[in-house]
Parts: sequence; structure tokens; C-alpha cells
Amino acid sequence: MVTSLIRRMIQAAFVIFAMTLIVFIGINVIGNPVDILINPDLNQAERALVIKHLGLDQPLWSQYLSFIKGLMQGDFGDSFVYKRPALEVILERLPATLELALCAMVIAIVVGLPLGLYAGLYPERISSRLIMTGSILGFSLPTFWVGLMFILLFAVQLGWLPSNGRGETAMLFGTPWSFLTSDGISHLLLPALNLALFKTSLILRLTRAGVQEVIMQDFVKFARAKGLSQSRIILVHILKNLMIPVVTIIGLEFGSLIAFSVVTESIYGWPGMGKLIIDSINLLDRPVIVAYLMMMVILFVTLNFIIDICYTLLDPRVRLEGKG
Amino acid sequence: MKPLLDVRDLVTEFPIGGKQGLRAVDEVSFKLNRGEVLGLVGESGSGKSVTGFSIMGLVDKPGKVSSGQILFDGEDLATQSYEQMRSLRGRRIAMVFQDPMMTLNPVLRIGTQMTEAIHAHEKVSPSQARIRARDALGMVGIPSPEERLDAYPHEFSGGMRQRVAIAIALLHRPDLIIADEPTTALDVTIQAQIISEFQKLTEEQGTAVIWITHDLAIVSGLADRIAVMYGGRIVESGDITTVLEAPHHPYTRGLIRSVPSENSRGTRLAQIPGVTPSLSRMPEGCTFRTRCERATDACRVRPGQFGNELDYHRCFHPFEEKLA
Repeated sequence: MVTSLIRRMIQAAFVIFAMTLIVFIGINVIGNPVDILINPDLNQAERALVIKHLGLDQPLWSQYLSFIKGLMQGDFGDSFVYKRPALEVILERLPATLELALCAMVIAIVVGLPLGLYAGLYPERISSRLIMTGSILGFSLPTFWVGLMFILLFAVQLGWLPSNGRGETAMLFGTPWSFLTSDGISHLLLPALNLALFKTSLILRLTRAGVQEVIMQDFVKFARAKGLSQSRIILVHILKNLMIPVVTIIGLEFGSLIAFSVVTESIYGWPGMGKLIIDSINLLDRPVIVAYLMMMVILFVTLNFIIDICYTLLDPRVRLEGKG
Repeated sequence: MKPLLDVRDLVTEFPIGGKQGLRAVDEVSFKLNRGEVLGLVGESGSGKSVTGFSIMGLVDKPGKVSSGQILFDGEDLATQSYEQMRSLRGRRIAMVFQDPMMTLNPVLRIGTQMTEAIHAHEKVSPSQARIRARDALGMVGIPSPEERLDAYPHEFSGGMRQRVAIAIALLHRPDLIIADEPTTALDVTIQAQIISEFQKLTEEQGTAVIWITHDLAIVSGLADRIAVMYGGRIVESGDITTVLEAPHHPYTRGLIRSVPSENSRGTRLAQIPGVTPSLSRMPEGCTFRTRCERATDACRVRPGQFGNELDYHRCFHPFEEKLA
């Protein structure tokens, strides 16, 4: 276990290093921040001074080296726009995104898993067919369109839920959270549902496919032959076997919820990281973009690691291989 | 004496596209007394396993028992509710499956899979259930059973897993065990061990056994009575020695002659020409007539049971002489 842990850490370090190179070069290709950031009224000397101050007068390799040097000390550089450490700017926005992603994931699991189980166990029922048809919709309708429709229906027509911002927040661990106040929850609901729709369909379909595969196995029949109750067979014998692919997807999708909820955050004016990164790209705020992408790499590497640990908890056969 | 199991004209069908279903089991009748061993013999696809599953009430959907009676201790299993069948399964009728690699759930400990079978039928404390599970493992010859309870199936060899399955089947001292080719997937040396172990235990407990197999050699040493199945029907049934010495049905005769023996050394092994027809294209009348050298036009009519209800055959042109 410890050796595999160390091996994973080294792999992760390589991935992160490769990512810094790609990001750094890529970001320099898309445009020159000087054109956007610097007041065009400035004269040539003042201009040069600002460029020198931002470190943009250096050649690319030298910029990269100083970036790496900073990175070693946990410094991602200062944002061009906010004039503050980029990491700080991002972390400020993290709670908003995190609670949105968590909320969406919980909805997706709570709805998707039982419905998928049901549709897999009783595929011939009409309700199962309805569920599956619904999941195709959830799967194929574009998120931004559904988001707009939600606003149109629940915010404009029915007027039940607000459609913009985080609403009232309460402090916990020194950061503001929406889910602690009823007003915050009402603001959270629509974007969370919007994000959850696709994930629900995904988990639902995966669970159903898993059920249908596991239910054919001899050990399920043997469990029946032992006289076990239906609920024990479903909740223990079937569920535990199909959790392995489902956990993988839940982990990876959670990562993508945090990293790429850009569209939903923009539509609902949710002040999370997705909105920040879009704004930063528009303003070519390099340090923020780089820091954000770095964080996402670390996030995915960490999530993959957690998924691996879940495997060993779920499947004893993986544990044995780990020992060898 | 009233028989323990009295199967009368059992028909199990698998519906296909609205038409009349495929008859996997076609008017099968046999009786089994307490403590008796019946060898149910036939090729793949002859309906012998489906017969076993019909008794257990575990026929795969959409297949179902469509007519006939399965009288177990006087009660018709074909008309029992799901809960009534559940309480019989594992407690009074147990089953051992063909492939021990597939019958145990890979993600649950052996101990869990044994104690859950106890809890399904009896209210006992977890520690008591564990003691019983341990003793059952010891009974089937598994060394250091206490530790093995905490092991997972993949840590066992095929033979050991089949011993575990047998231990589970014997947990509640059932009246009847249906053994569906339990040694087919095992090495020959392990086969012999398992068979003798199985024989010893069922004799001790006075358990009746239906031993489903395609291997006449196994049945000849094990069974009191034999029923030979072909194309979903029992074509010959009777006392084991009588049938093996003087088989009436050409199919039984062909089966026996295709087993290599001392006398057949050096000569060409007899074989039955052709293959078992698939269920959808079973010939009218006698299902064996397309492969039978004695077939005449008379065989286009469905043959009834000739003989009494215990010893009978279904052939218009039966052999009367002993097998050479």
C-alpha cells in the first residue's frame, strides 16, 4: 500500500510538471495581455515600465523558470487584474463552486442510483421505460439550454425560485456558504438541478447496465437458492458488485463538476471558479489561468487516488494484487 | 410410502415473440423418496438443468412453469407464493451449482455468505451463526475453518469453493439437494473427493439428491435411480442397474455405449450420429427419431410412457435384450 502510494505521488508529480509546460506555452499562444491590461494612453516609457513590472519583458523560458521557482515555494504569481496572489483569488471562489458541485452530485446520486437500480431490476415495466427515455433527454439536452428553460419556467413564469447569485450566506470555517440559509438554498436549487441533470442520467444508465450484468451472474442465482430475501440480494449482493464502475464515474464526474461548471455558473451568475476562469481568460489574466489549471490537475490526480482507494475497499481481489 | 418429491407432467416454457413458447421441459414426471439419489442424465440442452431450476422456482425470466405439478412433501411448489418458496429454498431444498468459480459472490467474505444463509431462515445470534458456519466448513473438509471464514472466494481453489457451496447447501439439513453438475468444472482427482464427500454427508443426513449430470460414469456409482432426458422429455427412467444393464430406449443405449470402458479398448468408440436439435426445431413425435436407426413412420406420433410410473421408457421400438 505504501509503495503504491509513493509510486502514485511520483506519477502525479510528473503529470503536474508536464501540465505546467503545456499550460505555460499554450497560454502564451492565445494572446498578449499587454494589449488588454495596459491603458493605451500611457506613453512608451511608462508602458515599458509596466511590462517590466509584470515580468513580460523576459523571454518565455525565463518567465517559465521564475514561475517554477515560485511554484516550488507555493507561489503561483500575482493576478494581473486583481493585483493579489492568484491562488488567493481562486480559493476565495472555491467554496461557492464546491457547494454547487457537491449539491449537484448528491442530487445525481440520490436520484440516479435508485432509479437505475429499479430500471435494471424490472426492465420490462413501463415505468422503467419512462425512466430510460427521460435519461436520454437528460443526457442529450445541452446544459445551457436546460439552464435557460429552468430560469424561464421556475424563475420567470412561476416565480418560485430566484435565478441569479448566491443569495444570503452564512459563515462557516471563515467562509460564506449558501446552503446554511433558506434563501441561499433557494438560490442554490436551480443551478444545482441544472448541473445534476446530466450526471443523474449518466449514473442512472451506468447503474442499470451494471444491474443487468450482475443479475445474470450465477452468484445471484445461488443467493436466491439460499433463500435470501429480495432486499438482501439487491442491496448486498448486486449493489456491492456494481458499485465499482459507479464509484469511478462519480469520482471523475465530481472533478468535472468542480472544474467545468463554467456554463451553469455563467447562466445563474454564480460567483464560483467557473465564472472566474472565464473572466480571466477574457482578460488574459495569465497567473490566474495557470494557477487554476494547476489546481484542477491536482484535483483530478487526487480524485483518481481516492477512487483507487475505494476500489480496494469494494473489491477484495484488488487488495490481493496490491500486496504482490 | 408417500414420495418426498413427485413431479407430474411438468412443463417449463420460454415464450418467444408472442407465439407458443419453447418447451425446455416437456411433460416430465418422476418420483423421489426420502434419502434416495436420482441421476438426471442428458446432453447439454436436454432440459435437465431447467428441470432442477423449475423445482427451485428459479427459472430465468421470461421462462416459467406453465403446467404440471411439483409435489414436495404433498405441497405443489408450482403454485406457492414467492415468500413461501423463499422460505423453502436453502432450508428444505438446496442447490449446488455447476461452476464453483461463479457461485460465490466475489466481494463478500465466505463467513458472510454462510451466515446470511443461516439468518435467512432462523433467528440466531451472529456469534452462533458463525459457529455453525465454521462447523459446516469443517464438515466438508476445509482446513482451519475459523480463519477461512474471513477469506474471500478468490483465495480458494475451485474444489475448495465447491466444498463451501456444499457446506452452504447442507447448513439447514435440507430434505432435498439438487446438484447441477457440481463436479463438471473440477479436476478428476478433486471430482472423486467431492463426490465421495457429498455422498457421505447426504447419506448421514438422509438427504434425497437429484444429481444432474451428463456423465453416466458418475451416476452409475452414485445413484439409486436414473432418468435419462432428451429434448426436454424423460425418455427412460428406472432403477439404475436395470437401466444400465438393459436400456430400452435407443438413446440410452447410445449414451451407455459411448462411454469408453475396458471391453471397448482397441475398438472404435460408438457414437450417436448427429447433434441434439435446438428447441425451436424439435422434430414432431419422438424427438430422437432424426438420429435414431430404428425410427419408422410410427415415430412421427408422440410416444407415451410405456411401463409403470416409476420404470418407463418412451419408445415405439424398444430394445428388450441386455446390452452386450
